[in-house]
Amino acid sequence: MVQASLDGILLGILFALIAYGMALQWGVMNIINIAQGELVIMGGYVAYFMYMMGIHPGFGIIVSPIIMYFVGWGLYKLVINKVVDRDLFISILATFGISILTQQLMNFIFGSDVVVAQSNFGTTMFFEGMVTLPNAKIFAAIVSIVFAIGLVMYMRKSKLGRAIRATAQNARAAKILGVDTEKVYAATFGINAALCGVAGSLIAITFTLHPYVGLPYTVRSFMIVIVAGLGNLPGVALSGMGLGVFEEFADYILGTEFRIGSVFLLLVLILVYRRFKLSKKREYLK
Amino acid sequence: MKIKNILITFVSAIALILSSSSISLAKVVGDKIILGAAVSLTGKYSTNGEHTKNGYNFAVERINSMGGIKVGGKTYKFDIIYYDDESNSGRAAQLAERLIKQDGVQYMLGPYSSGLTKAIAPVTEENKIPMVEANGASRSLFTKGYKYLFAVLSAANQYLEVAIDLAVEKNGGKPVKIAMAFEQDAFSQDVRIGVVEASKRTGSKIIIDDKLPKELNDMAATLAKVKATKPDVLVVSGHSKGALTAIRQIAEMKVDVKMLAMTHCDASKLAKQHGKNSEYALCAAQWHKSLSYKDKYFGDGMKYDKEFKAQFGYNPPYQAAESSAALLVWKDAFERANSLDKDKVRDALAKTEMQTFYGNIKFSPAGQNIAKPMVLFQVRCEGDKCENKVVAPTKWASAELVHPVPKWSER
Repeated sequence: MVQASLDGILLGILFALIAYGMALQWGVMNIINIAQGELVIMGGYVAYFMYMMGIHPGFGIIVSPIIMYFVGWGLYKLVINKVVDRDLFISILATFGISILTQQLMNFIFGSDVVVAQSNFGTTMFFEGMVTLPNAKIFAAIVSIVFAIGLVMYMRKSKLGRAIRATAQNARAAKILGVDTEKVYAATFGINAALCGVAGSLIAITFTLHPYVGLPYTVRSFMIVIVAGLGNLPGVALSGMGLGVFEEFADYILGTEFRIGSVFLLLVLILVYRRFKLSKKREYLK
Repeated sequence: MKIKNILITFVSAIALILSSSSISLAKVVGDKIILGAAVSLTGKYSTNGEHTKNGYNFAVERINSMGGIKVGGKTYKFDIIYYDDESNSGRAAQLAERLIKQDGVQYMLGPYSSGLTKAIAPVTEENKIPMVEANGASRSLFTKGYKYLFAVLSAANQYLEVAIDLAVEKNGGKPVKIAMAFEQDAFSQDVRIGVVEASKRTGSKIIIDDKLPKELNDMAATLAKVKATKPDVLVVSGHSKGALTAIRQIAEMKVDVKMLAMTHCDASKLAKQHGKNSEYALCAAQWHKSLSYKDKYFGDGMKYDKEFKAQFGYNPPYQAAESSAALLVWKDAFERANSLDKDKVRDALAKTEMQTFYGNIKFSPAGQNIAKPMVLFQVRCEGDKCENKVVAPTKWASAELVHPVPKWSER
């Protein structure tokens, strides 16, 4: 039980970081990024590439976000800026295209083998080895928290952060008040990609990498954002961890085959409950 | 009007003759016997698709340079038309149609993976085109009554049966407790069937039976259960991702189990990627270079390994070896049929009984190779260098099985 909860929390924190980027960019640009998972995997390959060059993959958390920021920025300038004010459906199609393209690109460069990067961080044990926590996962959780807090601070204090928040509230008003929304959008997409880069390099040392394994990360972060609601950053962290723990428990008690199914069932229940609550509120208003 | 009708009939008759003659030309062009293959050169199977293609090409070159194929007093050479199936089963079926209907191919080679072979087999069957395949191990391929499908490899359910027998043997003939984690795909579930049958046969008890979703790369919950229930054998099958995830998390969580048996150790380069953490993992494989089977084209496994590496720059995984063996089977069948007629060749294929460097080959009525056992090897390390050593069948064993696996605290 303790093992399952701890595993769930550590897993959830990592997913929350990815969801955090998605929530940010969804809130600001109103774009659902289907290529989120591919950006994560691409970030992972940056760390893997460093590992192959003989550098410790842990440094990926510094190099990968920098590279991924520019990848995100480039993607915005090439594709996303053409769909940013359009229908949600078009942005989904465009990012779906990006996801296929990046999958093939990664396959072309790194091959379709499943790869891992070794961190050799070791394991922390409790209760005479009955409960084990891989240090790589602890490292991943700490890094995720640091980056998440860092981003919140940045959003509050910096000029760009304020501009991003203003644009999220009302892009037109922000534009009138002199915010260069084009620049804000590019930066937001870049920041999202950078967060994916951090998460990816953490995945390289905790799980496995493969060009076609991005979709589950997209789906998971999408779910976390839906549960938490847009613009609710502490909610993202909480729902990430909550889903992680729920997932591990479902797996432990019901069996692995019910793991993903039960998470989706929970999602449906939450959405139905929300609707129920909303309709009650509406009745009061009437 | 009449003249026009006659003209149309005449033209279409000529077109028909031309098209049919082009078909009969396409299966054998000049002194070349044309084989067709849809192989994954892009998409998620591209690495193994490449191994398959290299295996085919290596054998074609070797057979052609060593005198070709003698049919009816004439010498022929092999040539292969390749298409890229993009690792997509729908596309694979389309390409099989195209190879047969447009390119007039009469002899097929298989694609990579059970899933794609399953997609192509109904097409070759419907058109009565014989196919020798080397990379589709799913049991369901051999239960549909296919007459034109011949597989040189052992079926998926045979992969880990031996491991259970071995565990029982090491337990003094007494039944063992088994924990299983299998991915939910055709191949892994077939491997599971084999393990379940072996457990029934030996009276062993299955205490964990997890089915891993395809998109999952976290086995922590399964392993937590393994730690709590302490089974004698842990069996894992989930392609390369499953093998790599299992070893990573077993090492991280310090899961002690007497025997760890899995598939795809060599495809995932387990020993190289995980090094010492993968030590003592027991792996099922179709072939290993140290086996002593022989043929006149490639000599033995060691020679094949060396020459393949010299040409392609990497050691051949079993996917390449079995693909090469498929061509040896084709050559043998053509020569025994002494004809290029596809039905005669099909009948000759059905009567195949031969030894290749890859192993003995003899087909059951369902087209399954029943003459070759699976090999089990164990990852063993000397210093930092880890290698796969054959431990079963004992006839070819190059090392003794280490059992039980030493505890993590003692390593």
